[in-house]
Amino acid sequence: MALSEAEVRHVARLARLALTDDEVAALAPQLSKILEYAEQVGEVAAGDDVEPTVHPFALANVVRADERRDGLTRDEVLAGAPATEADRFAVPRIVAEEG
Amino acid sequence: MADPTPPTPPTSTTPPATDAAGGSAADGALTRSTAVALAARLRRGEVSAREVVDAHLDRIAALDGVVADGPVWAAKAAEELTADDVHAYLAVTADAARAHADDVDRRRAAGEELGPLAGVPLALKDVLTMRGAPTTCGSRMLEDWVPPYDATVTRRLRDADVVVLGKTNMDEYAMGSSTENSAYGPTRNPWDLDRVPGGSSGGSAAAVAGLLAPLAIGTDTGGSIRQPAALTGLVGAKPTYGTVSRYGLVAFASSLDQAGPFARTVEDAAQLQALIQGHDPRDSTSVREEVPDLLAHLRDGIDGLRIGVVTELQGEGYEPGIAATFEASLERFERLGATIVEVSLPHAPYGLPAYYLIAPSEASSNLARFDGVRYGLRVDAPTAEEMNAATRAAGFGPEVKRRIMIGTHALSSGYYDAYYLQASKVRTLIARDFAAAFETADVLVSPTSPSVSFGLGTKTADPIAMYLNDVATVPASLAGNPALSLPAGLAEAPDAPGTQLPVGLQLMAPLLRDDLMYRVAWAFEQDLGFDPVPTGPRAVEVAR
Amino acid sequence: MTTASILPEGWELIVGLEVHVELTTTTKMWCGCSTDFGAAPNTNVCAVCTGQPGSLPVANARAIEDATLLGLALNGGIHGRCWFHRKNYFYPDLAKNYQISQYDVPLVHDGHLDVEVEVADGAFETRRVGIERLHMEEDTARSLHVGDTGRLHGADRSLIDYNRCGIPLLEIVSHPDIRDPETAQAYLRELQAIVRAVGVSDARMEEGSMRCDANVSVRRFGEPLGTRCEIKNLNSVRSLGRAIAYEAQRQVVLLEDGVAIRQETRHWDEGKGVTETLRVKETVTDYRYFPDPDLVAVVSPAERVEEVRARLPELPAAARARLVAAGLSPAQAVTVVGGGSLTVLDDAIAAGADPSTAANRLTGEVAGQLGAEGITLEESGLTGAHLAELEGLVADGTLSTKLAKQVLASVIDGRGAHGPKQVAETEGLQQVSDEGELRAIVEQVVADNAGTVAAIRGGNDKAIGALVGQVMKATRGQADPRKTNELLRAVIHG
Repeated sequence: MALSEAEVRHVARLARLALTDDEVAALAPQLSKILEYAEQVGEVAAGDDVEPTVHPFALANVVRADERRDGLTRDEVLAGAPATEADRFAVPRIVAEEG
Repeated sequence: MADPTPPTPPTSTTPPATDAAGGSAADGALTRSTAVALAARLRRGEVSAREVVDAHLDRIAALDGVVADGPVWAAKAAEELTADDVHAYLAVTADAARAHADDVDRRRAAGEELGPLAGVPLALKDVLTMRGAPTTCGSRMLEDWVPPYDATVTRRLRDADVVVLGKTNMDEYAMGSSTENSAYGPTRNPWDLDRVPGGSSGGSAAAVAGLLAPLAIGTDTGGSIRQPAALTGLVGAKPTYGTVSRYGLVAFASSLDQAGPFARTVEDAAQLQALIQGHDPRDSTSVREEVPDLLAHLRDGIDGLRIGVVTELQGEGYEPGIAATFEASLERFERLGATIVEVSLPHAPYGLPAYYLIAPSEASSNLARFDGVRYGLRVDAPTAEEMNAATRAAGFGPEVKRRIMIGTHALSSGYYDAYYLQASKVRTLIARDFAAAFETADVLVSPTSPSVSFGLGTKTADPIAMYLNDVATVPASLAGNPALSLPAGLAEAPDAPGTQLPVGLQLMAPLLRDDLMYRVAWAFEQDLGFDPVPTGPRAVEVAR
Repeated sequence: MTTASILPEGWELIVGLEVHVELTTTTKMWCGCSTDFGAAPNTNVCAVCTGQPGSLPVANARAIEDATLLGLALNGGIHGRCWFHRKNYFYPDLAKNYQISQYDVPLVHDGHLDVEVEVADGAFETRRVGIERLHMEEDTARSLHVGDTGRLHGADRSLIDYNRCGIPLLEIVSHPDIRDPETAQAYLRELQAIVRAVGVSDARMEEGSMRCDANVSVRRFGEPLGTRCEIKNLNSVRSLGRAIAYEAQRQVVLLEDGVAIRQETRHWDEGKGVTETLRVKETVTDYRYFPDPDLVAVVSPAERVEEVRARLPELPAAARARLVAAGLSPAQAVTVVGGGSLTVLDDAIAAGADPSTAANRLTGEVAGQLGAEGITLEESGLTGAHLAELEGLVADGTLSTKLAKQVLASVIDGRGAHGPKQVAETEGLQQVSDEGELRAIVEQVVADNAGTVAAIRGGNDKAIGALVGQVMKATRGQADPRKTNELLRAVIHG
């Protein structure tokens, strides 16, 4: 399918990417071409009898015991943060409500 | 971390090693040696780990384009790199490597039992975390990020006393087939410095091919070890999915990513894979089955084995030199006593389209965490939402943005079934094709890449042309099967008559039969006698 | 407060509830970090729960087992095979900008709860609320909004603490079967009681280990479902009832005026007693769910499910039925089971106490004192054996009702270190029922109060109360009032 510039902007919003107008204009035909190529998967007859594969191995019930294990110190975890305050990660004003 | 105590001379009872070629630290023989041969000399005390590390550091300082200064050497800025700089490394952990080497020498002198590759240097792809140096993933987003923990692969290498020389360049977040998508400038192919080394693990490939390390770790999602191995004349393997832990491997596409070895010989690669494979309780997708012994039957030969030629992975789209080398390879297998059988992977032609839906879908989610809150780049803005969006816009390069966009779209409401779900079903069919093919063949073969190394900048404008590099490698990635590329010879570059460049042969084996793949590769390698040291007018400088 | 009383004639209220329960596992859902409440910010964290690049989740076995146990307690079916999905959305309290949750195949499907709703004073009706699903997910980090209001709105920046991020969370989604605020409240209380009975969470709404969102809509009887609003910030059972009632009335007023209901999320303001618009859902949020490739399937074979089922304790509904059969009123049974005093009552009954009498004391005096002191029954140290002993002392006349209350208070004051018998002895709180001793005191009082005695003999029978008071005073309250009365009459009237 061909992606319109409006659709590109919608996807960019979902992906939280601030794209310039030039980027949007360049991406619309590029993404359309890639999608058109990828859409070849639609030629394959794969009905309900074909389970989708998520993993090459059908592993199940990989779990750990409910036991504590040392993590990182606060200094280690905050060391990489762009901004901190009061031992927490600081972010500017959040506009949208959760979820 | 390596022992932080200052380096002291090895206290070996044998005299300091001198080498046939002259014995200097920059000795060509040390950097040309295979890992297994180096390990043997180290064991015998003919050379110290420190001398081996120094020889490699000297060569890196001379040829790679680094600022050889301070405890961690940084690569030169992209605009300062010259056309003769290989640029395999983004960071060289010189002090830590020397300290680790000294520690190995000390412990060896004390009679401690060390691992089979103890003291041998290695280059680590910059997508695996290691304390004490940045892990950038080739991205501006993580330019200054020093991970607070070690990847399982990193830990296993250190436990085995393999000495990490540094972190290697790569396509940003492992997305690419030429290493031109690195935010820090492209890596050059040691066989021809005007050409690409392949990707995304191009830095690791160039390090080994350029004699800047005897071994390297790469990661392979759709061919990111095998294709660069093919383009640089190396052995590179993608192990069976789940046999090498992904803990600490910064995810591109979780269901496909797998770390694996680069080496100049099959045995070196097998030795390295043997060190890093095995169950890890920190990775839920790590397989619990016994992983095969890769070395026990390495030299058994291939007499009587059935080699399956995949109908769908040859013919149109493959350069004539690639096709001819492949034909010659089949004849070689027959001479070695194997039987050639024709097999079909009917859904393989849909592998690449499926891959370019599945991998971006997973990537769109995996890369969501880079938002300017916890680590990495932040571009300031008045609100958190704008800060996230501006940070991601500035931190990600064009190919990463493209794939995030494709993946976000493929997972979005109304498109999921036709794109992600359908691609995941195609994946099932491809896995079934492999299982069926292995009923009639012991291993499958194909060319690794449809082309030899291409010129820098020649494919960057057309994403799909670049994606087609993965056409032969992606099917095994989707099915999870082990696959390996090894040199099959040299072929003429179509755009440069007279220039001979390496050609790779891909071997694919049943799940958990990585041993079989190595056994076939070893027999082929012994018969071919390929010299992995680069030659040619624009090849990297090598002391001969 | 029933539907009939809160909505005008002809209107019907439709409510569905989404309840989140934080499990009290030792460690988080995907990593070995502690789940302790109240640790210093960003100290219960690791590479996994802060979303460090390259880190990977591994599921907590206990969390899956707890979820299965609760699902069975809610009469649900367990899917033989289920998966974890990623719910993708950007928010600073999500370390990975996706939440690991479940989507098309949750662990638990099709359960129900039978709840007791008081329809008239002391009269209860059982109502069934369907449960669509229970699924496993992970909690988010805690955000501190810095600015004037302390709330998100009006804050100028937010500070994130990832200690809570990754704590195992269960989401329990009811069908929209609820038709009045009381049923919603009863459902929430019942769910809380079951969660505590199976021991998977302390389910404290005030600490956020149990959280409730309500989907509320109204319609005229017989019409299709109306547009619903989701109400958040319901921090108690009481808030839930008030918020539903307010919201239902708000919607009816709008609809009667011909104004359409906007689908939106609303915030309950406990102080003002109103719901307010939080955000309007312009479009359905596109979470781009897909199976988490870092995790594998959860397989629950039937025999494994039965093993877990065998571990189920007695559930509140069964306990209530048992208590009513033992002589408690339905209201008492609801209070005992809902109030967390079942174990103590059962112990008291086992030690010989009369069920109804012991229940009365537990739901009356004991509850009153605990409430006044702000402690739990467990913290009080009061046991079933204490209770039985106390009832024994009352029954044999050693203690009056009033003295029993005093003794009980002392037992609780001592946090159960000394039993009722010992307390009564050491504090001298024994009823004077020895006839000889009491008769002597009575005769003295009669002799000292000639005027009052004359009045009584003259027919003013009520005046005897004053003499009883005198006797009580003389015995420091330890006289048996009934016996005192009898003796006074005997002495006065000869």
